[in-house]
Formats: sequence, C-alpha cells, structure tokens
Amino acid sequence: MNVWQFFASHRVEILAATREHLILVLISMIIAVAIGVPLGLALVTHPRLRAGALAVASIFQTIPSLALFGFLIPLPFLGGIGTRTAIVALVLYALLPILRNTYVGLTGVDPAILEAAEAMGMTEDQILFRVRLPLASSFILAGIRTATVITIGVATIAAAIGAGGLGTFIFRGVAMVSDAVILAGAIPAALLALLADFLLGLLERRLRVA
Amino acid sequence: MVTPVPGVVNPTKAKAQTLTEATIEFRDVEYRITITDSHSILSGISLKIHPGETIALLGRSGSGKTTMLKLINRLRDCSAGNLLVENQPVRDWNLIRLRRRIGYIIQEVGLFPHFTIEQNVCLVPGLENWPAAKIKARFSEVMQLVGLHAAEYAGKFPRELSGGQRQRIGVARALAADPAILLMDEPFGALDPVTRAELQREFLALARKVSKTTVLVTHDLREALQLGTRVILLDAGQIVADASPSDFLKLDQKVAREFIAASELVPGATQ
Repeated sequence: MNVWQFFASHRVEILAATREHLILVLISMIIAVAIGVPLGLALVTHPRLRAGALAVASIFQTIPSLALFGFLIPLPFLGGIGTRTAIVALVLYALLPILRNTYVGLTGVDPAILEAAEAMGMTEDQILFRVRLPLASSFILAGIRTATVITIGVATIAAAIGAGGLGTFIFRGVAMVSDAVILAGAIPAALLALLADFLLGLLERRLRVA
Repeated sequence: MVTPVPGVVNPTKAKAQTLTEATIEFRDVEYRITITDSHSILSGISLKIHPGETIALLGRSGSGKTTMLKLINRLRDCSAGNLLVENQPVRDWNLIRLRRRIGYIIQEVGLFPHFTIEQNVCLVPGLENWPAAKIKARFSEVMQLVGLHAAEYAGKFPRELSGGQRQRIGVARALAADPAILLMDEPFGALDPVTRAELQREFLALARKVSKTTVLVTHDLREALQLGTRVILLDAGQIVADASPSDFLKLDQKVAREFIAASELVPGATQ
C-alpha cells in the first residue's frame, strides 16, 4: 500500500491524531510560556538566580527525549502513563528557549534607553514592564517560536508512553516496517511545524521595534 | 497622594518659587568606581551652582564631567563629600522624586523607540499622574517651546524623525514636567554643524524663556562660551578653572590655554 492510499483510507484517524497532537503541543506551550516568561522577568531583578535557573533548564534539554519520558513514568503525581506525563516532559523541553530568550531580550535593551528611563525617575518595575518588556517582545516571541517547533517534533515521541498524537503512526509504522504508515505521522507533524513557524514568524515581525 | 507639580497651575508664580531653591552644591565631593579603588574619577570637587545659572562643564574626554553630572541625579553616588540639591543632601532625597524634578538630556537622546513622540514627551507627567487634559495642554506647550508642531508629531515614532528633530524631542521631554533643574550631557554632540548651531541658538532663546538652573557638559569651548553663564573647566577629575565666559579667554591656566589654542578662538594663540 502506498502513502497516498494509506492517507485516503485512514484520513479520519490521521485527522484525529493531528488534533490530539495539536492539543498536546498547545497545552504544553501555554504552561511553558506561563512559567518561562515570568521566570525570565524574575531573573532580571534577581540576578543571583540566573546561573542556576538557566543551568537547570539547559540540563533538561540535554536529556534525550525518549529517556526523559521514561524517567518521568515512575514519578508520583507528575508521572505515569499518558498525556499528563507527556505534557510535563514537553514543558521541560520548551522551557529553555523561552527562558533564555526572555532573559537575553530583557537584558539586551540599549543601555542609553535604560539610563534615560532611570534618569526620568521610572521605578524598577516601570522600567521592566514599560521599557524592557515591550522592547524585548519580538525576542521573547522568537524563543516561543523555536520552542513550539521543537515541541511539535518531540511530541511525536509522546506516543511511546501512551499520550497519542501523530507519533502513534510513526511507532506503528516502525513496528510494521511500513514507510506509508510512518509518513502518515511524519508528514502532518512536519506540516504542523512549518505552519507554526510561519505564523509565529509573522507575529514576531509585527512586534519588532525598528 | 500626588505632590502637586510646580509650574503648571500657575507657571509664573510657581517658577519664581522653585527658582529660588534650585541650587546645586558640591562640597568636597569625591567619586571612585569602587570604594577600594585607589584611582578616583573625581576628587575635591566643591562648587555652588546658583538658581538660573547655566554652568558649562568643560573638559576633555575622561576628565570626569559626565560623572559629575550623573552624581546630581544619582545615576552615580558620591564616594565621599556632600552633594546638595535644593539645599538637601541628594542621599536624603527620595530617589524617584529627585529624578522627576530634574530634566535630563543626553547625546544619544534615549527616546523610547516603542513610544510615540507624545508618549515620550509626556512620560514624566504621566508617571506623576497629571490629569489627561493637563498633559495634553503641556504637550502642545513644550512642543512649541522646541519649535515643533505638536499635532504633526504626536503620533510619530522616533525612527521617523531626523537627528535634529529627535534632539528637540529630547529637550521637550526633559522640560515636560517643568523641572527646576536641567542636566544636559553633550546634547548637540551628535548633530551636523549646521543643525548644531541652529539648536544652540534656540537653546539660548529657550533658556531665556524658561530660566532653569542648567548644567551642560561639553568638550567644545565655543559651545561652553556661547551657552554658559559660567564655565567650569575639569581636568583629571578636578576643577581647574571657574570663570565667566568673557574672563575665560584671559585665563593663564595651562589646560584652559590648551582649549583656547585648540579652538583657535584667539588669533595667534596656537604656537
């Protein structure tokens, strides 16, 4: 059976898996942004936490993804088989690019502008939220974009711990030694990644301040 | 509680009132980057600046003139000695209040690229919670002072403006909350000679109109003599001359002579 025949005969299943995949990525990204951006903001005012937080986030990124899923299974509350464990792992992966870009963007603002803000009597919080954050927004979004593309790819592995998504086809295809089945998972995942990259790229350009 | 801002409800009355207080006094001030540092950037600085004076702080690069300026609004803190603004030690001032009472203009302008011109100019009045109508009126007023049409520029962003226009906006922003003191760090340094001369002339006219206590940092003797009511010469972190513009050219002091010779203001001074 060739790829197109498989797509045609399993389109309902593929569509459902794509939806599952998308939801998995979406939930993970929302949590990762909700943790990563405020944490990045906190690092600007608490420089002592910086080295530690960035190192921890980097370590998670170096753990091979399949191994990270495996490590999480025996953990209480966070672990087990299924979607919840997958989301925890995906969040840990997405955190570094978001955290790093948030921090670098916030601290990379032109010193002359920061000094002007200080000299005009803006408080530290006002400088952070009204000067640093808006000027870093396109940079932060670039981090979210990178993290999203990574997460869409890594989420295919979530199928290994029973979280569903497009990875289901890939693992099934590997087991069946069938390129058609593998591609039924891989092609939609690649398209999702390209689409997310394109859309977030548009948004990033709109936020950029010349 | 918001402290009322002088010079808004009744500009003439309030101005006269703030002007009498708008003094800056250095008492044996010293500045080192770190306390343990053996080399001091500034030492033995004593200087009383009177209300309404325009002090031109003249010196070569690295003489400490910008640092001296930054001590006034506490972008840097004195390592030793006393610095008083309006007869009160700067250390005793609420830092935010002190800075909002002092207009600050720098060479790179430091306009916020994500704010419109109106948002940039009206920043401090906004931070001080002025009513919207008053802010609006003040915007037109200061834009007129710097010779720009308020309605035309309000919605523009700094990147749409030329260097000279941006510098004017920088001045307008510093004047917006009607501070009694203005600090200017080589405000005309990045401009072409023609625009610079034009802005210098306008500054003189403006200074006559608003009469602030002004400290202007420059390395250009012509600018110091033209704009200053008093010229302070700094060399290696110390004040080496303090003279009126007309007396300055007669000084025998070595560094002063070097400046005069380099600027070729007096024929035959170069030897």
